[in-house]
Amino acid sequence: MIGAITSLGRWVRESVSNVGFATRTFFALLGASGGLLRRPRLVTDQIHFIGNYSLVIIAVSGLFVGFVLGLQGYYTLNRYGSEEALGLLVALSLTRELGPVVTALLFAGRAGTSLTAEIGLMKAGEQLAAMEMMAVNPLERVIAPRFWAGVIAMPILAAIFSAVGVIGGYVVGVLMIGVDEGSFWSQMQAGVDVWKDIANGVIKSIVFGFAVTFTALYQGYEAQPTPEGVARATTRTVVIASLAVLWLDFLLTALMFS
Amino acid sequence: MQRKSLDLWVGLFVLLGAAALFFLAMKAGNMSSLSFEKTYPVITKFDNIGGLKPRAPVKSAGVVVGRVGKIGFDDKSYQAVVTLELESSYKFPKDTSAKILTSGLLGEQYIGLEPGGDTNNLVAGDRIKMTQSAVVLENLISQFLYSKAAEGKEGEK
Repeated sequence: MIGAITSLGRWVRESVSNVGFATRTFFALLGASGGLLRRPRLVTDQIHFIGNYSLVIIAVSGLFVGFVLGLQGYYTLNRYGSEEALGLLVALSLTRELGPVVTALLFAGRAGTSLTAEIGLMKAGEQLAAMEMMAVNPLERVIAPRFWAGVIAMPILAAIFSAVGVIGGYVVGVLMIGVDEGSFWSQMQAGVDVWKDIANGVIKSIVFGFAVTFTALYQGYEAQPTPEGVARATTRTVVIASLAVLWLDFLLTALMFS
Repeated sequence: MQRKSLDLWVGLFVLLGAAALFFLAMKAGNMSSLSFEKTYPVITKFDNIGGLKPRAPVKSAGVVVGRVGKIGFDDKSYQAVVTLELESSYKFPKDTSAKILTSGLLGEQYIGLEPGGDTNNLVAGDRIKMTQSAVVLENLISQFLYSKAAEGKEGEK
């Protein structure tokens, strides 16, 4: 009994100190970001690694999500004789929810894990410690460029996901099933608002970019410097980042769309 | 050389993102209906606006001539006050009447303007006096049932 209470107490104490540590690292990271303005090349390199290489999986997933939305949406709408609203259904689901959320989940799996593993292995190989010995701040030289690259790449990827998804819905709905093309686009344009739907989706994806990239980098930075520790950190990145994205999505939807 | 090609790819990536956003705004969103033409406000009052929303189109003879601006409520006359933003290039006579119509059976609601014969034109801040409210389905059904019931009684006599 006392043992259970003790372990609960330890868990609370460790969680609180973890949250504090993460917050401190976050502010240290923001403080170390100023130097990037002088060396934007560091960020460009990382955008290439994080963004360009994620492009294919994001675009293909977007296309297939669009296909499925077209098929399933048609199936349901057809029962009520309102297939014309298919375009609206596809575009609204993509720009408001699926675009940012699915992109963030894929991003956590594709880019987040590689960031964690990279930083974790740098730490295991004592490269970060070596940098500090040479008076180079690893937060500024290694972590900050990756962080801002993730924050920049994420909304771009989400926009591409949504756009490709709309095209996927068009291919299935109009070209394959034969929904009227004019009403497909006009219903979409009548129902999707640039600020309320599209811009809010972009805001969501920026927030997710912050959450996923920071989780990945923090897990790598704080990983046990052993092969097993890096493996665990990578797993934690996916779990924590995915849960954070889903939770933040609920919060943002409740704040912005209600 | 390698540096340059890397920058090129990153540039292409960012451009692709911008293009995707542009596509969403123009093709999927209502960005294309935002016009930067000058407008003048005209006020109308309706007994019931049904499901009319701000930014709904204002049409005359089926052509979009403006957008619905603000929708408010007047607690003196208990009517809805709708501000129409008409494009400055279109002039309408003073005795124009406004109706709330629906595109299709279940489509969005819009305002239809029917020009009258007055020689003076509407200017900014004028009020359109003749208006016709939105058709509310429940009222329509109750009228129908009422007239059916009345018919039934006449048949009994």
